[in-house]
Amino acid sequence: MKVLNVIINLINAAVLAGTPLLLATSGEILTEKSGNLNLGVEGQMYMGAIAGLAGAWFAEQWFGTGGMIPLIIAVIFSFIMGCISGLIYSVLTVTLRANQNVTGLTLAIFGTGFGKFFGEVLGHKAGGFVAVGQETKAMFGNINFGKLTETPFIGTLFFRYNWLVYFALIIAVIMGWYLNKTRSGLSLRAVGESPGTADSAGINVTRYKYGATIIGGGLCGLAGMYMSMVNQKGIWVTDCVSGYGWLAIALVIFSTWSPLRAIYSSIIFGGLTVMYMRIPIPGLPTAIYMMFPYIATIIVLILTSIKQIKEHAQPASTGLNYYREER
Amino acid sequence: MQDTKPTTVDNVVEMRHICKSFGTVQALSDVHFELRRGEILSLLGENGSGKTTLMNILSGIYFPDAGDIFVNGKAVTIRQPKDAFDLNIGMVHQHFKLVDVFSAAENIVLGLPGGMTINRRSLSKHVREIADQYGFEIDPEKKVYDMSVSEKQTVEIIKALYRGADILILDEPTAVLTPQETDKLFDIMRAMKKDKKSIILITHKLNEVLAVSDRVTVLRKGEYIDTVQTKDATVQSLTDMMVGRSVSLEIDRPAPTNVKPILKVQSLTVLDQEGSKALDDVNFEVNGGEILGIAGISGSGQRELCEAIAGLYPVTGGSILYRTVVDGHEVDENVVGLNPNELVKKGIALAFVPEDRLGMGLVPSLDMVDNIMLKHYRKKKGFLVDRKSPRKIAERLVEELQIVTPDVFTPIRRLSGGNVQKILVGREIDTAPRLLMVAYPVRGLDINSSYTIYNLLNEQKEKGVAVIFVGEDLDVLMEISDRLLVLSGGRVTGIVDPRVTSKQDIGLLMLGQSIDKEKGADAV
Repeated sequence: MKVLNVIINLINAAVLAGTPLLLATSGEILTEKSGNLNLGVEGQMYMGAIAGLAGAWFAEQWFGTGGMIPLIIAVIFSFIMGCISGLIYSVLTVTLRANQNVTGLTLAIFGTGFGKFFGEVLGHKAGGFVAVGQETKAMFGNINFGKLTETPFIGTLFFRYNWLVYFALIIAVIMGWYLNKTRSGLSLRAVGESPGTADSAGINVTRYKYGATIIGGGLCGLAGMYMSMVNQKGIWVTDCVSGYGWLAIALVIFSTWSPLRAIYSSIIFGGLTVMYMRIPIPGLPTAIYMMFPYIATIIVLILTSIKQIKEHAQPASTGLNYYREER
Repeated sequence: MQDTKPTTVDNVVEMRHICKSFGTVQALSDVHFELRRGEILSLLGENGSGKTTLMNILSGIYFPDAGDIFVNGKAVTIRQPKDAFDLNIGMVHQHFKLVDVFSAAENIVLGLPGGMTINRRSLSKHVREIADQYGFEIDPEKKVYDMSVSEKQTVEIIKALYRGADILILDEPTAVLTPQETDKLFDIMRAMKKDKKSIILITHKLNEVLAVSDRVTVLRKGEYIDTVQTKDATVQSLTDMMVGRSVSLEIDRPAPTNVKPILKVQSLTVLDQEGSKALDDVNFEVNGGEILGIAGISGSGQRELCEAIAGLYPVTGGSILYRTVVDGHEVDENVVGLNPNELVKKGIALAFVPEDRLGMGLVPSLDMVDNIMLKHYRKKKGFLVDRKSPRKIAERLVEELQIVTPDVFTPIRRLSGGNVQKILVGREIDTAPRLLMVAYPVRGLDINSSYTIYNLLNEQKEKGVAVIFVGEDLDVLMEISDRLLVLSGGRVTGIVDPRVTSKQDIGLLMLGQSIDKEKGADAV
């Protein structure tokens, strides 16, 4: 019984840690499917993290109440902030045709600075440090399913999470359906694989690239909000995103550009990031333990490059900008 | 913007006073074009004559700087590919516009309006209906990356037809097809013509123009020359119009002199990536002072053979014996297992012009000097490279081979295919090889450039170099080679004397069938 409990607890922790990864990975998959390799996820998450927290905090001040309203404002703010970061990236790479790698890395640095700077500003404003009220914090806590949660095994395994966990799952499933089944999803994939083909088939390449990158950025923003509102419980912590954005980019490869595979791979990665706290291995330094997700990424990279399946590869034109009249 | 009315209603397309420039290059100036309903029109011109640019304007890829376009008698503006579809204009590009990881059906339906999701079953059915109507063979569920070139072309054509194209533009459709596939394509084109569709065939192959088209429009250097009825035209008259002066179409074949063995290939066997035999027990000899042609359907082992000899492909069995002089004695040295650098160190003077010019042959983003330096920099010892001598070679090549380039410091990807090939062949010949291997040296080249290359090869032959010429145009191979080796499925099906062997017999050898010995096979 004790072993089973440890395992279930680990799975609970893995899912909770994997959810922001799933949101950001879904966002980055959508972005890369349009042929934009956005390396700025870390920065986008920081921007979403501060926007969400600031939104909730200000909402509490304005409306004088915690709970649902600050929650909604936090979601909207972080999503829009993520969208703005995606828009910046799109303007630079699609319209101005700047190098995607450089733009992405710059966005990562910019967003990180943006988050930390306004985190400090907000801290000063709040007189020391920012923290949302209990009511708002509770909105990001586990949902009470009543009897369902009490059900042994099933309850503890499936019904002990906050709403964002289920939301992220639904987003991933919808995205899988969108990419594989819909007409518009087919067009988006064509844009990422071969923009020249998509263009000559009458698809508006620019619109798809903008759309996917902006929505993808919005999801990264929500992932950032998860870091500040759920992981840090509504308190601004300077290093709240702490490399999750980079992990999400690795996860895109791990899940071979499929949002459905991203579901289990984000749980595995979530597990790897929290395992050192749950199952200590005697004699193994924590620092090495914490390297596991990155080692796993390297192994997966090697494995996927040995076994080449065309459908599981990066969209062919990812990282390349498209210009119709290029000769 | 002069006239606003088309001359006759019969013309489904009329383009007038079309101008287009790219930067400082005037690609089209004041070009006219007319297409009638239910005809096959050839658009003929050398490389860089602007024929593809003109059709890209009609299909919405480029926007003209000036000029009027009429479709079905109405003035139209085509700003993007979608506008062209809406006018029922479909174009099959030379470099296929297909998504590799999609199935045929997905590529065909791509970008079309319709419900949120795609009904794959009815889509496949509709695709099959179109295929049956015109005699295509297609599997709608097959992925594009699994397809042969001709299958991909089929998908492209059906894609245009599925969109309801009445005007179909085919950009050099036969460049990648075998003779049999070409005939099939022409049958399909005739079937479409019967169906009152108008077809524009962009090409520079004259025999195809004469075989399939009703009228011919000729462009030269971005200018409109003339439109003639095909029945009134001959190969010579079209060539003269295309080139702008009278050219001789004969390829020289000087008699081999001073023939002596240079390379002997004995029971050479290599495996492809899947582990099946790409070359199976290949035996032949190449002599200095002669051109050995290699014919075969594409993918019969030509690439593997060249790369094995050049030390770029792993050899499973057999030997490649290269005649060298050691201490005044002639010896056959087995070069199997040596890489290109070791070959150079052994003093084996081998030059290779690969089929993938800008991939394997040259570095596209480097200039002429740097590309030549790639072959030279090892010659001089020391830490710094010598840029002066490659620069001199580059300048000499520009002059001798009439390479058209702003200067020797222009990245070669900005040059036309013919000039790139001249640089590559020129660089290889400059190393004074004893064995020169060229793979598809005139692919995509215009008539003038092709004949420059033929002359260069003949010059080398007369110098006593052994030349291996891998080609796809059987007519050219039969005119230039002294002996012709035919590959089929990785096996040598015959080494024949092209002076006395018929094209049909060589065609049979290419298909893997043997011909009667008396007819001239095995005339080694």
